[in-house]
Amino acid sequence: MKLIFEKSVPGRGMTLLPKCDVPEVKLPGELVRDAAPALPEISETDLSRHYTELCQHVHGVNCGFYPLGSCTMKYNPRIDEEMAALPGFTNIHPLAPAHTTTGCQEVLDTARAYLCEVTGMDGMTFQPAAGAHGEFTGVLLIKQYHDARDDKKRTKIIVPDSAHGTNPATAAMCGFEVVNIPSAPNGCVDLDALRAVLGEDTAGLMLTNPNTVGIFDENILEITRLVHEAGGLCYYDGANLNAVMGVVRPGDMGFDCIHMNLHKTFATPHGGGGPGAGAVGCKEFLKPYLPQSALMTGSDRLQVRSFAGNFLVVVKALTYIMTLGRQGIPEAAQNAVLNANYLMAKIKGTFTPAFDRICMHEFVLDLSEFKKETGVSALDVAKSLIDYGMHPPTMYFPLIVHEALMLEPTETESRETLDWAAEVFRKLYALGHTDPEFMHNAPHNAQIGRPDEVKAARHPILRWQKV
Amino acid sequence: MNYPTNLQYSKSHEWVMMDGDVAVVGISDFAQDALGDVVFINLPEVGDDTTAGEPFGDVESVKAVSDLISPLSGTVREINEELLDTPELLNSNPYGAWIIKIENISDSEEMLSASDYEAFCQSEEA
Amino acid sequence: MGSYVPSTHQEREEMLHALGLTELRDLYRDVPQAMYLDGKLNIPDGMSELEVSRAVSAMAAKNRVFSTVLRGAGSYDHYIPSIVKFIPNKEEFLTAYTPYQAEMSQGVLQSIFEYQTMICQLTGMDVSNASVYDGATAAAEAAAMCRDRKHHVTLVSAAAHPDTINTIRTYCYGTGDEMRIVPMKDGKTDMDALREMLTAGDVASFYVQQPNFYGQFESAEALGQLVHDADAMYIMGCNPISLAIVKTPRDCGADIAVGEGQPLGMPIGFGGPYLGYMATTGKYMRKLPGRIVGETTDNDGNRAYVLSLQAREQHIRREKASSNICSNEALCALTASVYMAAMGPDGMAEAARQSMAKAHYLADGLCAIPGVTLRYTGDFFHEFVTDLPRTDEVLKALEEADILGGLPIENGGILWCATEKADKAALDKTIAICREVLKK
Repeated sequence: MKLIFEKSVPGRGMTLLPKCDVPEVKLPGELVRDAAPALPEISETDLSRHYTELCQHVHGVNCGFYPLGSCTMKYNPRIDEEMAALPGFTNIHPLAPAHTTTGCQEVLDTARAYLCEVTGMDGMTFQPAAGAHGEFTGVLLIKQYHDARDDKKRTKIIVPDSAHGTNPATAAMCGFEVVNIPSAPNGCVDLDALRAVLGEDTAGLMLTNPNTVGIFDENILEITRLVHEAGGLCYYDGANLNAVMGVVRPGDMGFDCIHMNLHKTFATPHGGGGPGAGAVGCKEFLKPYLPQSALMTGSDRLQVRSFAGNFLVVVKALTYIMTLGRQGIPEAAQNAVLNANYLMAKIKGTFTPAFDRICMHEFVLDLSEFKKETGVSALDVAKSLIDYGMHPPTMYFPLIVHEALMLEPTETESRETLDWAAEVFRKLYALGHTDPEFMHNAPHNAQIGRPDEVKAARHPILRWQKV
Repeated sequence: MNYPTNLQYSKSHEWVMMDGDVAVVGISDFAQDALGDVVFINLPEVGDDTTAGEPFGDVESVKAVSDLISPLSGTVREINEELLDTPELLNSNPYGAWIIKIENISDSEEMLSASDYEAFCQSEEA
Repeated sequence: MGSYVPSTHQEREEMLHALGLTELRDLYRDVPQAMYLDGKLNIPDGMSELEVSRAVSAMAAKNRVFSTVLRGAGSYDHYIPSIVKFIPNKEEFLTAYTPYQAEMSQGVLQSIFEYQTMICQLTGMDVSNASVYDGATAAAEAAAMCRDRKHHVTLVSAAAHPDTINTIRTYCYGTGDEMRIVPMKDGKTDMDALREMLTAGDVASFYVQQPNFYGQFESAEALGQLVHDADAMYIMGCNPISLAIVKTPRDCGADIAVGEGQPLGMPIGFGGPYLGYMATTGKYMRKLPGRIVGETTDNDGNRAYVLSLQAREQHIRREKASSNICSNEALCALTASVYMAAMGPDGMAEAARQSMAKAHYLADGLCAIPGVTLRYTGDFFHEFVTDLPRTDEVLKALEEADILGGLPIENGGILWCATEKADKAALDKTIAICREVLKK
């Protein structure tokens, strides 16, 4: 595909603005830019076709099956988009007088009330723009709490070794030392390992439940009790909330604060990597530490970005929550779990589940035996799936399983799709034994063959330059 | 796998060649093979102190990053800037592509001879 | 109630039976009984699409949409070309995940590569990342990029956006680093104060906004010179529309250019989603946080794009990563790209010139009213501060005429903003209303 710059022809363009109807003002000479930026000059026809061509080389969840573990790629309803595009939301200035923005306040208040109920929390901010940003916000609550009590010795955050890479990175951004604890053989928290590291230097624990291998930790109440007993706080990484929303609440598990990914659990689109929204909820005693915009509120609280966050994303999530309601929220969770178990059962007998038991909304396949038998890796299987028009599962995560493929089908897939997916996995299992070479070279019918990532990293080309 | 006998090796897979009072440090053939294609190296600055057993930089492959552990305590006398532009030398010629030179040496990790190091690598692989 | 679960109740039963289970509860056997909600979720019943459409539209209807917006302060009401609203709504772009699987994501990857190129063009920098959350976080991430063991102090101009200052403060609080505010003089960064504050040996960087929060152009080159003389790094936060005509941060000596990308085709949208752009020189390429797309070849030798330089990122470096960011605002970056391509260099420059011209026309008109003065007299872009009596009355009268006036700020000031969207008639009306109110 040509780059848009390669389609640019000097003098082409669109007619978008009227002539200026007030006198021109000259920029002082020392401020004038040397040469105009070399942006594309292109007709509307070519512009439209350029992006149409690009979008034909993108696979979205609304295009096909997307069992990307830990990412909750569920269908993104169109009505949510329509509501977020209402001029009554898009044309509202964040600093407009409060009496002219009561609708926006109602959106935020309603979303806050419903999501607090779903999570068992008492307060919430929508300022964080993504899950990782929510983690940062949540761990800052823990930091402020200890600081306010002048409890300076609490310098450590405990993170299980099965955690998302963001957890340790977040703890480090908040100035905490990260203490990794090994998981028990079933992928859950090893209580003895936890007890061994808890102490008066414990600031808190970051945990996702169900965990990253798709298992609900049955010791959760004991885990949070132990952390509290040591004087630490418990942070819930809401990455896997889709398995349990409306069924069980993190607040009831003993967590003090939580982030949610509205773009996962509450069906707002990922947009190719954002914008998402990382709402952060907390118990009553942490509410004084929630972030606020200095300009909007005049407060001296901390803040993690400008204004009130990704408001239009909150509109989409609220529309989704109102659509599902009291019955639909748990129904979605239950069917996410049902679909995952159904798919795992259908695949079983070929690729091996890393944990052969009832899973939550996702499960992990362990391909290490398969690789020994055939030489075909998890990466080869993932790339082969592309030829079937299926987005590959999450690869090589969690780190505690070797040759891992992590599948999360979500509740919005039909039984036929799951049957078809299982069939594709079965075919690839057989193909690995008959023609491993073919799989090493997959994909064969994709937009491109396997890209040379080593070349890209050694000698980076990060922008187009005219030759 | 190549284990030149004129070098000494640390258990964290760095090699050392003494040149008078100055130690030349690189990574072993075994290390580069385990790392895969090296795409970038983070080097210390000349004049930085190194501590035996502590990281002095790291090497990046596409999907991993590994600390470079200093076999010696001392001061960085020289760094191999050529590696910043051509990190692939660490793969193609690990014993030619020295990384840093250390002077004012005060302490050392346990160092192995070529044959002991080869045995150590074989035990690591097993 | 609404539902997006395709399987019928019959199918669900059959699937459960295939698993050897009888009811959905069986799937949750690890959940302690005491905390199992069992249908007791206390939110309203679900709704049909028509009902939810009515309910949410009713909320939107409670907001007041003004026909003229003369308020900016970090959120700018520019004209958004029709095609810019349309393209990011294509379902492929809208509903894709981060492009980890390059073989299935060339369209997203290429669009980001094009975005990075456009940001480099606009800023004069060598390397842009794929974007971060917004302008405030871009500034905070840039400041974090500059800090090391020996240099842990970030200096920030008091004339920067209050939310940006507070976000930098928050990120510094996280890592235990220090932020110091460089005071303002006549609406701009106080150069003498900066010179003095730079003499502390532990300064990592200085952040300035151009044009600043009060609309004033800073002496960006001179500031940069001071910063570099002290061996610190220079971060500039620039309005991207202004960059179509104003000297680039590169030419002003900036090491890192960041800014709020919202004016590039994103609606004001009550504050988000917006776009943080972030670019630097080749020297600091590998310190830049966030996603970066690079060009390479596939195994047939064809041009291809991938997420590159990933070893900087949190999923590999974990607690050693300099930032935990693991996404960007891809759809907003796409929006910005389509905007910049639709406008082209001439259109962007026209939007910049018109915004500036209209702001000056408004300022001149207001200041011709007895009792109204400009608070700061330096050169300004499309925002300026007036001092006038009876601020509340003026803004209320404008509101009644369907005009959102400037933002009331400290000591009775009003921070006004005009863009190309405000036509002469609306500006004349604004001036006339102010004159009328102040006559009383």
